Order: sequence, then structure tokens, then C-alpha cells
Amino acid sequence: MADAPEKSNSANGKRGRFFEWLDRRTGIDSMLHEALDEPIPGGARWAYVFGSVLLFLFISQTITGVFLALYYVPSATSAHTTVAYIVKEVTGGSFLRSLHAYGSSAIVVVVLLHLTQTYLYGAYKGRRELLWISGCVLLALMLAMAFTGYLLPWDQKAYFATTVGTNMASDIPFVGTWVKRFMRGGDEMGTLTISRFFVAHVFVLPAALIAFIASHVYLFRKAGAAGPPSEDALNPKMPTERFYPKQVVMDTIVALVMILILGSMAHFLPMELGPKANPADTQYVPRPEWYYLPIFQWLKYWRGPYAIFGIIIIPTITAALLVLVPFIDRRLERRPWRRPISVGVFVLILAGFVGMGFMSIRDDQRDPSIAKQVARQHEATEEFMHSPFEPEGAASALSASVVAVLDPVAGAGRKVYESESCDACHGEAGAGGAAIKLAGTVAQMPAEELEKLLKQPNAAMTEGGMQPIQVSDEELKALVAYIKSLK
Amino acid sequence: MDELAHSTRAGRESTAPVDSVSRRSFLTVLLGFVSVVMGAALSVPLIRFALHPLVATTTKIGWSDVGKLDEFTSLTAPVKKLIKIDQRDAWRRIVSEKPVYVLPPKDGVVRVLSPICPHLGCSIPWNEDKQEFICPCHTAIFAKDGSHISGPAPRAMDDLETKVEDGMVKVHYQYFRQLIPQKEPLS
Repeated sequence: MADAPEKSNSANGKRGRFFEWLDRRTGIDSMLHEALDEPIPGGARWAYVFGSVLLFLFISQTITGVFLALYYVPSATSAHTTVAYIVKEVTGGSFLRSLHAYGSSAIVVVVLLHLTQTYLYGAYKGRRELLWISGCVLLALMLAMAFTGYLLPWDQKAYFATTVGTNMASDIPFVGTWVKRFMRGGDEMGTLTISRFFVAHVFVLPAALIAFIASHVYLFRKAGAAGPPSEDALNPKMPTERFYPKQVVMDTIVALVMILILGSMAHFLPMELGPKANPADTQYVPRPEWYYLPIFQWLKYWRGPYAIFGIIIIPTITAALLVLVPFIDRRLERRPWRRPISVGVFVLILAGFVGMGFMSIRDDQRDPSIAKQVARQHEATEEFMHSPFEPEGAASALSASVVAVLDPVAGAGRKVYESESCDACHGEAGAGGAAIKLAGTVAQMPAEELEKLLKQPNAAMTEGGMQPIQVSDEELKALVAYIKSLK
Repeated sequence: MDELAHSTRAGRESTAPVDSVSRRSFLTVLLGFVSVVMGAALSVPLIRFALHPLVATTTKIGWSDVGKLDEFTSLTAPVKKLIKIDQRDAWRRIVSEKPVYVLPPKDGVVRVLSPICPHLGCSIPWNEDKQEFICPCHTAIFAKDGSHISGPAPRAMDDLETKVEDGMVKVHYQYFRQLIPQKEPLS
């Protein structure tokens, strides 16, 4: 440290001429001062890091997202294959995808922390209404990003969670059905749904996010940093400290810790990809991403004629309350212990959210049939993750039609396979799904053994939800011939 | 920059004058260093991800059927055949068609030529009237057996590896480097 001034002085001397040249053309010097010398009443604090960390995470999401788009194709036929290609084949693909997926969760966490800090510090007071509202818009945009991004891998959980998510829209009075069809691009989920979600996720929402981040930062600088709760909201009196260096260092440290956590999670616990979406699967238990669990749980309580209260009216009032807080709570008092009502309501709603999230998890654990199905879905995901990458246009899809032509018995068996809904769990042409893959290992078992297992499933199969097949002997023989033909 | 910073809001600074040139500069250097190191570390997986297609091992092209040996025994001039190649195109498995020339066999040995000009890679057609292969791009001319007659090509047309199995002529399709006098397969 002792010789630091000397070093930096000589560095300044060298930088001086070039810097002057640059400054005369760009005005970078005043820009840097504007950015770095922002006064913070009461000095730098760890409590103020969340905004910068969010900006950092947003940039990280943008970069990883752009790179993922190098290999992703938004269509019902290719989306799942290309994500599987990214995860299983491309160098560092699983890592980058995990960084992007976990990054979205991290943003939700930090947005909530940012919101809570701002609320508890009363930092929305003192001509900061527009700043607060732009923040609320950013919260909504971030949640929309999470919702649209979730569908894009087109695996089982993405498909079914989004089916439920878009269905909820149909509860909106008058325009509900139209909104649902608008989001899906039709009555059903399909390739147009992916296109729409992709365009929203990659073009529309990011553009809106950038615009609102810019206005949020601008409005923040216009109003000035609010400082601690004891500071006056309109006319700050406390001695100030500049944003740079202390606050910058704090922000950077938290951003680094964030990237270390996300990086280790992406490396050691990579995000999994489930089997391709299978709309014929009637057993699938859809569950949203963790941050949507409270809403998911809340909706369980509202059935029948009063559902509109739970699904539309109460959420709208809550959202309106949040957005309008600076207009409702107009006093300049910022200290949380002097604002028992506004802080009390906030804590209550927050606790309600957290509580409902946990109740949703507990409900699933307590219901044995759901717990079993969720475990089965987890197994199917594990199996898919451990199977090698299967390129598009490969054998499985072709073999079914080829078989029907080549061997009439197996062709008849294929009809049995479909009419008995075997494909609902074992996938088209036995490619696997909620239940195990038939093509390959199972198909190589002796015919007699297969017949026996189909008539009397063993314990493990029953456990997995397999029912005894009740068809004529002839049909059973055909079914076995078909299974044995699967490759 | 540092002088300017002092003049602006120095009066309201809460920290002691120690927070001056030395500390700020040290932190600038430290921050810059940490950011550069982190940025470099983070860009490694991104670069590897983007460069994947350049380093990934391409799928080996196997043997493709050209036709029955009997078809070719009585040939008097080269004949164009389309062969099918199973290929991986990133996440797709595709079957692509490629043209090859089967030459009239000598001593029962069938030769198959790649139609790609060793000069700049144009597809060379067989000219029935002149009984020569004439490249349409820069008029390199090759004889009936593929040997180089005139024009800018650095070597003869490239032979493809062939074999006969159960009376079926099979060929191993390959690409070769252009513009060099010797035949060198591209991996």
C-alpha cells in the first residue's frame, strides 16, 4: 500500500494524455463522475447492494441467453431436441443453460430482497412515486420473463406447467378465453405457443426491460439515494459518501459471491431436462417453478362461484396496493417502527406468500399418490438425462410406421399399443416418458416373459402405475410382437 | 480525475481525508484487476460453448452403395450416380445425396471419382461430345480417366475409396483439400 500512490501517479501521468484526448471527444470524464460520484446520505451500506446486483444478473442473463440462442430452435418439433443437444453434446452447454436457469431464480430472489429493503426503509417516499412504479413494472416484467422462459425447453414439466399457467387466464371475466388463445396462438398448446413465448422472451420483454431499467435508474438518480430510514425523505441532511469506491466495492463483492454461488450450482447440480412434452400423458402432475408455488397454492382454495374473488379480485387489489403504496402511505415518516400499519400489512402478505409456498410443498409430500407420481417423474427425468443424445430424424419416429408395413402382426400390435394407451406413459414407439423406455432393453426380453409381465405386472411395475393388460390372447401376441420390434 | 473529484462534494464527505488519492486509486486498480480476472474466467465457458462446432468430432462417413457391379461392367464412358450419405447435422440426422462418377472398369476394377474440382471446388460435369471432364468455372480439363489435361487445377480428379461387397459397389465419400498438388483428405 505504501508505494501505491507513486505507482498510480505515474499511471495517471501516462493515462493523462490519452484520457484527455478521449475526454475531449466523448466527455467520458464527466460521465464517470456522474456515474460514480452519486452522493449517498449516511454512507455506503450492504443494504443498498441489491439494485446493482440485479443489473449485474440481468447482464449475465442477457449474455448467457444470447449464447444459448446459438443452438436453440423455437418449434414444437425441435425445441426439446436442441435443448437436449445443448445439455448433452455442446461443450459447456449444460453449465451455461444451468447458469441461465438458476440466474432467473436468483433474479426473483434479489428482486424480492430489493423490494423488501426499499419498502422497509420507506425509500419510496419523498417524490419517488414514479421510481417505485417503474420498479413494480420491472417486477412484473421479470416474472413474465420467468414464465415465458420456462416453456422454451418443451419438456414435460415446461409443457404441463404452462398449460396450467395459460389456463388460469381463462378465468379473467369477459376476455379470459380470448387472452388464453392469444397467449397459446390457438386453443391448444403447440408450436405457435413456443413461437409466441420465444418472441416475448427474446425480443419484446427484454426491450421493455431495458427501457424500464433505464427509466428506473434515471428516476433514481433524479430523486437521489434515500439513505437510511432516519434520513429526511425530501431534504437529506446527513453527510454523504460517494457511490465510488465503498459502495461499488460492496456491490462488486456481492455480485462476485452471487456468480460463485450460481457457478457452483451450475457446475455441481446442473439443471435437468425432462423427457419431451407428451400431451397424451394423463398422469403427469404439473408443478410450477418454486417462486410461483404460493400463487399455485392460493388458487387451490378458490373453487366454484367465488373463484373470481381468489383468482382475479384479490390478486388485482394486492397488486394495486403494491403499485399505489407511495400514494396511500403519504407521510414522510420512514422509520419502519413508526409505520406499524404499512409495515404490518407488507410483512403479513410476505409471510402469507412464504407460508403458502411451504404449504404447497407439504401438501404434495402428504399425498402419497402425488408423492409417488412426482418421484416417478423425477425418475423419468433422471433416465432421460442419463441416456445418450438422440438426434432429430432418428430411428424411433420412423420405426413405428416401418413396422406397420413390414410385419402385419406387429402392425396390429401397434394399434393395441395405442388403444390401450401404453403410449401415454411409455411414449410414442416405446421411446419412454413417464414410464420406462420399451425400445431397446425391454424389447430384447423373451416373448413369453413379456406376455407374462403384461398380464401380471411385477411389484416394481405396479408401483410405477402399470395396470394388467386385459386383451385377447391374439391381441396380446400382437402387442408383444410390436414391443419386440421397437428399436 | 482525482483532483476534480476533490473539488466537487468534498465539503460533505463523511470520511476522513485518508479517503483520498491513494485509497481510491488502490481500489480502482483492485476493482479493475478483479473485474478483468472474473470477466476472463467467465468468458472461458462462453467461448468454448460458441466454438463447439469447430472442435466437435464430425461423424465418420461410412460406405455408401453406388450400384450393382453388373451395371458398370459394360460402361464405355464415365457415368454419374447419386449416392446417399447418412450425416449428422448438429442435432439432426440427415441423408444427403452426392454425385459421383463411375469410370468404365479396367481389368474388372471399378474406379469412382469425386466430381469436385481440385482447383476451387466447382462440380465438374462430363462432356459427352468432347469426351472430357470440363470444369465450368475456370475450364480445367480432365481426361476420361480423371487425369489432368489442362487448366488451373493442380492435380487430377480425386479417386474415392471403393470396395465390392456381394456384387454391390460401395464408395467411401470424402472431401479433399483444394489447390495443392497432392491429394489430402479433409478430416
